[in-house]
Amino acid sequence: MTRRLRWLAPALVAAVVGCGGGDTARTTEAPPANAADFLYDGNEIPEHAPARFGFGSEASEARVALWDIDVRPDGVGLPPGQGSVSEGRDVYNIHCVACHGPTGTEGPNDRLVDSEQWDDVPTTRTVGNYWPYATTLYSYIRKAMPQLTPGILTEDQVYAVIAYILYMNEIVPEDAVMNAETLPAVVMPARDKFVMDDRTGGTGVVR
Amino acid sequence: MSGSDRPKLSRRAWITTTSGAVAAGLVHTQADALRLVAEELPQQVADPTRVPGRFVSEIGSRAPAEQPRRLLRAQALSSSSRTPLADLMGVITPSDLHFERHHGGIPNIAFENHELLVHGMVDRPTVFRMSDLMRYPQVSRIRFLECSGNGGGVYSRTRMPTDVTVQQMDGLLSTSEWTGVPVSTILREVGVRPGASWILAEGGDSAVLARSVPLDKVMDDSILAYGQNGERLRPEQGYPLRLFNPGYEGNTSVKWLRRIEVTDQPTHTREETSKYTDPLGDGTVRQFSLTMDAKSVITFPSFPYALPEQGWWELRGLAWSGRGRITRVEVSTNGGRSWVDADLQGPILPKSTVRFRHLFDWRGEDTIIMSRATDETGYVQPTVQQLWEARGERTSYHQNHQRAWKIARTGEVTFGLGELV
Repeated sequence: MTRRLRWLAPALVAAVVGCGGGDTARTTEAPPANAADFLYDGNEIPEHAPARFGFGSEASEARVALWDIDVRPDGVGLPPGQGSVSEGRDVYNIHCVACHGPTGTEGPNDRLVDSEQWDDVPTTRTVGNYWPYATTLYSYIRKAMPQLTPGILTEDQVYAVIAYILYMNEIVPEDAVMNAETLPAVVMPARDKFVMDDRTGGTGVVR
Repeated sequence: MSGSDRPKLSRRAWITTTSGAVAAGLVHTQADALRLVAEELPQQVADPTRVPGRFVSEIGSRAPAEQPRRLLRAQALSSSSRTPLADLMGVITPSDLHFERHHGGIPNIAFENHELLVHGMVDRPTVFRMSDLMRYPQVSRIRFLECSGNGGGVYSRTRMPTDVTVQQMDGLLSTSEWTGVPVSTILREVGVRPGASWILAEGGDSAVLARSVPLDKVMDDSILAYGQNGERLRPEQGYPLRLFNPGYEGNTSVKWLRRIEVTDQPTHTREETSKYTDPLGDGTVRQFSLTMDAKSVITFPSFPYALPEQGWWELRGLAWSGRGRITRVEVSTNGGRSWVDADLQGPILPKSTVRFRHLFDWRGEDTIIMSRATDETGYVQPTVQQLWEARGERTSYHQNHQRAWKIARTGEVTFGLGELV
């Protein structure tokens, strides 16, 4: 707060001088390059603020567990349970086929299956040739699929339908079973193609 | 005004209406009569100085003839709408015209029931209600928000349509004054543990959309926004709470925010692997391309406008950069052969759109008009050829290259990039 007021003061002086003195404001020493920015920038909180405000309430472990539904590539976040390719075929044909087609290629929504790999440029962006981590399937399907009844699948059903989708993409064999150990161990074909953003801005740089 | 121009019909309407009402016993005071006139007479009158105007109202509305509209695109629940940039002035987007992009529809969330869970690598996992968040020191900032899919897919080397509006092409861009509490304030409150380097932000919509964002970024200038342009967020903008990451691709500014997990690695959600990634044409896929590079677009004149006559016209447009302030906008009226500096309308705020203008004497010739922005890092908005060379031709996000419009001799304006490649 005090820092902001210090910076603002010259700008206010300049404004006052400008009102009374016609062009004199232009010859007065300029305010900070963009005085208005000091009204908008900076995350600092007032100097006399307490170290902690103490608003909000403690989140119990049970509360965190209830909402902590993401899954990391190393498998952290995967629940117990398991599902096989054959079980997944049934789940798929009930819950997924209407939007993704009988073989995961027909649509009308996202194409899921393409085991054809690519060198320079992907022609499709499917689970089989684009998704870098199999664990992403778990967190996404569990929370967001099927689109009109999200969250309806059991933990076992999610494992099963993932096994079936991976099987259709020729990534796992027909007798595969997915669970918290086997799913993170699946190596997706496109994993090593993904690189971090290297754009930086700056003169003469187009990336 | 001559006597014959006097609005006799209006006078007659006044008399007829009021006398009829008096006969029916409805009018008791002059105020009643005035209200009757104001509400029942047609709004279009020959001479508004001869008829009392409408009274105050609890909520305002646009002039009836002004009908700016978002352009809708809906595929099941995954839908978007685009801001009518050509209809707007200045830099602020009216909240009801702010672009939309939803992955699972717009949820109905009650302000008093909404909660934000902050957990993970923190000392004190905490649940915040909206009333808690609103007690923290507040900030307001004017910042743009742009979907990284903006401008993608409108054309390619083999498909160069000319009948494209600026709304169709770049309408996934809006600017608002966002109000909320800095993320840094909330993370200070819960105590971030050593080794933390990312957060996961998750929404409470039916897509439960989640994005990983670098911890440095959110500590720098991200806010938990509950206000937009002086009022609470609109439902389609994340009511009652959204993450707002200035200068980042819009998808990371997670709406209906219900959870932040502090982590030591990105989570690699569907929205940062299967989507919002850029195949570069060399066998690699760029991931976490979060910052929006500098960009500009001429909004006037643009398709489908037609200049009605030769002479002085003002080219107008918007420029913005996710890396800071715009320092320069140049315009060309000869297809990029030469450039002149446009005038920038201050204040030039970082990570905000800036309005630029250039007065131009159109002599009735075939003319290609273009703009290019430079930001404070020295980065210059590239040509489409430069982007193709750097990224190949198959990326669909972050299409920030120079746009072009063609003014034909007839005055008709069309999308003109095809003239240059």
